[in-house]
Amino acid sequence: MAASDRTVLQFGPSSAVTSNITAKVHPLVIFNISDCYVRRPDQAERVIGTLLGSVLPDGTVDIRNSYVVPHNEFSDQVALDIEYHHTMLKSHLKVNPQEVIVGWFSTGLGVTGGSALIHEFYCREVPNPVHLTVGTGFRNGEGTVKAYVSVNLSLGDRQLAAQFQEIPLDLRMIEAERVGFDILKSTSVDKLPSDLEGMEVLMERLLTLINDIYKYVDDTVEGHAVPDNSVGRILSETVASLPKLSPPAFDKLVNDSLQDQLLLLYLSSITRTQLSLAEKLNTAAQMP
Amino acid sequence: MATSFLQAAASTEKVNAPPALQVVQTEGLVLLKIIKHCKDLSPSLVTGQLLGLDIGTVLEVTNCFPFPNHQQENDINQETDDIGANYQLDMMRCLRDSNADSNVVGWYQSTPPGGCFQSVEFIETFMNYKENIGKCVCIIYAPSRSNIQGGLAGLKALKLSDTFLELYRNGNFSGESLRDKNISWADVFEEITIRVSNSALVSAFMSTLEPDRVTDQSDHDRLQISSKPLLESNVEFLIRCMDDLSTEQKKLKFYFKDVTRQQAWVQERRDENEARKAAGEDPLPEGDSSNPFFKPIPEPSRLESLLITNRIADYCNQIHRVAGHSFSRLSLIKALHDD
Repeated sequence: MAASDRTVLQFGPSSAVTSNITAKVHPLVIFNISDCYVRRPDQAERVIGTLLGSVLPDGTVDIRNSYVVPHNEFSDQVALDIEYHHTMLKSHLKVNPQEVIVGWFSTGLGVTGGSALIHEFYCREVPNPVHLTVGTGFRNGEGTVKAYVSVNLSLGDRQLAAQFQEIPLDLRMIEAERVGFDILKSTSVDKLPSDLEGMEVLMERLLTLINDIYKYVDDTVEGHAVPDNSVGRILSETVASLPKLSPPAFDKLVNDSLQDQLLLLYLSSITRTQLSLAEKLNTAAQMP
Repeated sequence: MATSFLQAAASTEKVNAPPALQVVQTEGLVLLKIIKHCKDLSPSLVTGQLLGLDIGTVLEVTNCFPFPNHQQENDINQETDDIGANYQLDMMRCLRDSNADSNVVGWYQSTPPGGCFQSVEFIETFMNYKENIGKCVCIIYAPSRSNIQGGLAGLKALKLSDTFLELYRNGNFSGESLRDKNISWADVFEEITIRVSNSALVSAFMSTLEPDRVTDQSDHDRLQISSKPLLESNVEFLIRCMDDLSTEQKKLKFYFKDVTRQQAWVQERRDENEARKAAGEDPLPEGDSSNPFFKPIPEPSRLESLLITNRIADYCNQIHRVAGHSFSRLSLIKALHDD
């Protein structure tokens, strides 16, 4: 069959390369995909689209944006609207030239035969694209997001097939956290929370945290709970990181900032009264 | 009674004037897109288009797309306009093909580096949009504010008030017209409440992918102690604005002085004419239109001062807010240290 004595099924070119790739997904991508899935035409079972992002210097693929590409899928054939894909790509590049194609996504679990064809198409656009599957079935009450890269299976010298190998995926939800998860999680929020409400919620959360820690420490000291060394170390580090200032120095620091803020408040209140005076001149002043 | 369909349609149009806009309902997707676009390209000014549906008192915004940055191109104006128009057409066509709403309902922008968005260009953009679509809204996002106060502190939805619109269309910004309509600087822009809605699929994803945590990044952002850079830049802008305001007020002062001087001159002429009439001589012309001294002096427009007062009010409010926040943070630190 092959030239060598032993034919070994090789995962090549080298598994070391593929095992270093990880992917990071921003929450915007998930939102976009879900929105496109909800709006898909009736006869389509799944939606397919392009992923945009960049490759970070340490090799991770940062997936930041996405757009859907209309496609038609028959039993064995897949037709992709390539012109649409290129137009959208050009438009997106005009806005942010640093976001390039890094892969493609499809909804629905599992990788089908059609996916291999699409993956080949994307391989022509970008070397080693990442394939993201977003499971929208929620059959077991779970939403799964998985990422794959294609790995070539070769037998000796011949290329047999391409295998989709899963790579670790990091869902960075930092942006979503920044916006506020409560807003993004529920189906409708009546009013954006004002600053004061945000601070209030924050205080309550801190209080719960501190109470939990207190209880844990008490339990550990009295022997009710199993002591965990790492947790204890983290706690002592946190407590030790409070800057040690002598009380007068600390008071002076706090009072100085307090006075600065008060001064600014006073200035801005004066400006506001000045505004009402200016308004009088603007509108009410009239010629005799 | 059974009138023709056309008559019925015409009559309902007259009776039901379009209800006023009260709420803007966005999707979480739109918010994330806006925030991402503004943050990626800050601190420069970025704009984008809002798409959605207009339903009664609610304006639903379901999608948006960003505009490419024109300021980087140094081509002739005509070329950049063409490129911009082509881009917009391409995007709208693509979005329509993928079943997204392609109905323009407004635009979004981030705050410019000068610090405040209230300018004549802003109003003009609003007027342009109003010509084409009935109801439009502008969403403003300030990335610098959100960095300090967490999440969506810098997000606002604005529209021009109707009375101001009428005034702008007439182009008359004299003191009299402002007094007639009883408009003060606070009546120019109206802020609308924003409601957020998410589809069930998206909320299911969010709930499963990220378990409930006690604290998160937005809390981290809120607890930051240093608010000095923001306050410093605000005070700087405030100073500049006060200078502008005093220039405008000086203009008004000169105008009034000129008008009084002109009137005094006319009065003098009149007295002289009375004296002449008594003496039986020909009266001198009172108002000589060829004499440049008598030309009616145009009243300076108050539009600029309205906008400047708006900006100043904005800066003051911001300072107030940030200073208030710092108080709570400082007291938190104090309490921690005392223990």
